[in-house]
Amino acid sequence: MITKAIKQGLTFAVVMAFLVGCSSASDKKTTTPPAPTPAPVVEAPAPVVKEVANVVYFDFDKYDLTPEARAILLAHAEKLKGSSVAVRLEGHADERGSREYNMALGEKRAKAARDFLVLQGVKAASLEVVSYGEERPVATGQEETSYSQNRRVEIK
Amino acid sequence: MKHYLLLITMFVASYVSAQGANIVIDKGVDNPTRIAVDNFYYVGPKMSEDIGAIIRNDLNFSGLFESIPPERLITHPRTESEIRYHDFKTIKAEYLLIGGVTEQAGRYSASYELFDVVQQKRVLIKTTVEGTDAQLRDVAHKISDKVFETITNIRGIFSTKIIYVEAFQRPARSRLMLSDFDGARPRQLFESKQPILSPVWSPDGTRVAYVSFESSRPAIYVQSLSTGRKEQITNFKGLNGAPAWSPDGQKLAMVLSKDDNPEIYTVDLASRTFTRITNMYAIDTEPSWTIDGTGIFFTSDRGVRPQIYKVTLATGITERVTFDGDYNARGRVSPDGKSLVMVNKRPGGTYQIAAQDLKSGNMRILTETNYDESPTIAPNGAMLMYATNVGGKGILGAASLDAKYKVRLPGKQGDVREPAWSPFF
Repeated sequence: MITKAIKQGLTFAVVMAFLVGCSSASDKKTTTPPAPTPAPVVEAPAPVVKEVANVVYFDFDKYDLTPEARAILLAHAEKLKGSSVAVRLEGHADERGSREYNMALGEKRAKAARDFLVLQGVKAASLEVVSYGEERPVATGQEETSYSQNRRVEIK
Repeated sequence: MKHYLLLITMFVASYVSAQGANIVIDKGVDNPTRIAVDNFYYVGPKMSEDIGAIIRNDLNFSGLFESIPPERLITHPRTESEIRYHDFKTIKAEYLLIGGVTEQAGRYSASYELFDVVQQKRVLIKTTVEGTDAQLRDVAHKISDKVFETITNIRGIFSTKIIYVEAFQRPARSRLMLSDFDGARPRQLFESKQPILSPVWSPDGTRVAYVSFESSRPAIYVQSLSTGRKEQITNFKGLNGAPAWSPDGQKLAMVLSKDDNPEIYTVDLASRTFTRITNMYAIDTEPSWTIDGTGIFFTSDRGVRPQIYKVTLATGITERVTFDGDYNARGRVSPDGKSLVMVNKRPGGTYQIAAQDLKSGNMRILTETNYDESPTIAPNGAMLMYATNVGGKGILGAASLDAKYKVRLPGKQGDVREPAWSPFF
């Protein structure tokens, strides 16, 4: 029993070390600023066309859009307006609470995103809403950092 | 002193060995009935199961018993005339179970007798249960049921089954599984790369309804347990979830969002007629029928936070049922109709399983782990099973409805969740 516990502990430690290694590596990749120039540059050109985020996030047990979510969806609406490209809005929830309630929560979130896009002139017929509830988390930790990444709608 | 002892029983987890799998008793009752269960006497080629050990494990699982294993017995009587009651009083046994097995052409006969050590008399005359080698666990569970009912006057659940979902990561995969109540003898009913959730037994125990994303969208299916034949019941746009059988097995209640909002519907399985039950701009989900089938409990956030409501089907009159805590969801009614079991959270607290007395409204907390969900009540109403999380791994736990007792089932390879306890067969 004890050796088993130690073994599990070691496995856990190795996995954690691996995960920490991975996350710090990816952090490095994403956070390295594109060669900052310390000298003040007059009239810097506008940043090159930025990729619009494909995920919007929600507060705990909420399905109303945050200002950040609206800004991202607005950018998507601009691209989608007048086009008939099929878009799938996948709603998700964090793992806390019951699974079917979270399924409904994910659906409410995806529909909030859909309604906003439609209001901006995107064709409703091109938008499909699917909720995965808590079944497809992107982060598996059991703390707020993970939960906040999982409460989301993915625009696909 | 009494508090001190209570603390010990609550925090010292005891391990009960059975067939290599361990159940862990997290919280024991104060005075479980002590029963000596000797090994079943047997001469012949090795049997695949140890009947005595299975019975001991069954009785311990209930929380109402503490079985005394053979190595702690002073004498090993094979018949009533060989019993020296003093030897069993010395080890504080209140009951004694003895038995033996014979084999003939691959069929086993297990005979057993139960004695009251305090009153020094036989309480169960010699009874015989038969089965093949593959049925030895059934034979042992039948004996456990009889012993349990004889002593407690409560019907035993040791011959019942559970259905649960076992989920794997990388690559993502879900399996719908059927096993004995204690997780032994698992058998796969369905497997998918997409999520599976919300399995529920039909009241007659022949079919299971569940939600599967196999078509890349959720849909409700009903599958026969004997033939494996599967039928798709719903395929609407949006939510198709939380199926719940009516007590007569004729209808399913469910959540659909085909009319935009998550609402409760029922479908008559023979005519496939859908009836909309709720109508509210809010989440309405997780239907569960009242015992008499005249009403449906459901979860709704119409009052901002999720709480459980009840709608009377004939009138449509809806009333709020839960008030204790800022999160109450997924209600299930006990077989006697007196309690509603649910996932409960209090402000600043964690998700736990609670039972509310429907008459008085009083709520008692049954589990206090984090992330407890999906409660399912045993058909005898004495225990419930639920999904919990230990060290990031999904496992099943069980607890008594009177909150006195808690046990953990052995872990599986994947994450175990969404248990559904069968009816009696």
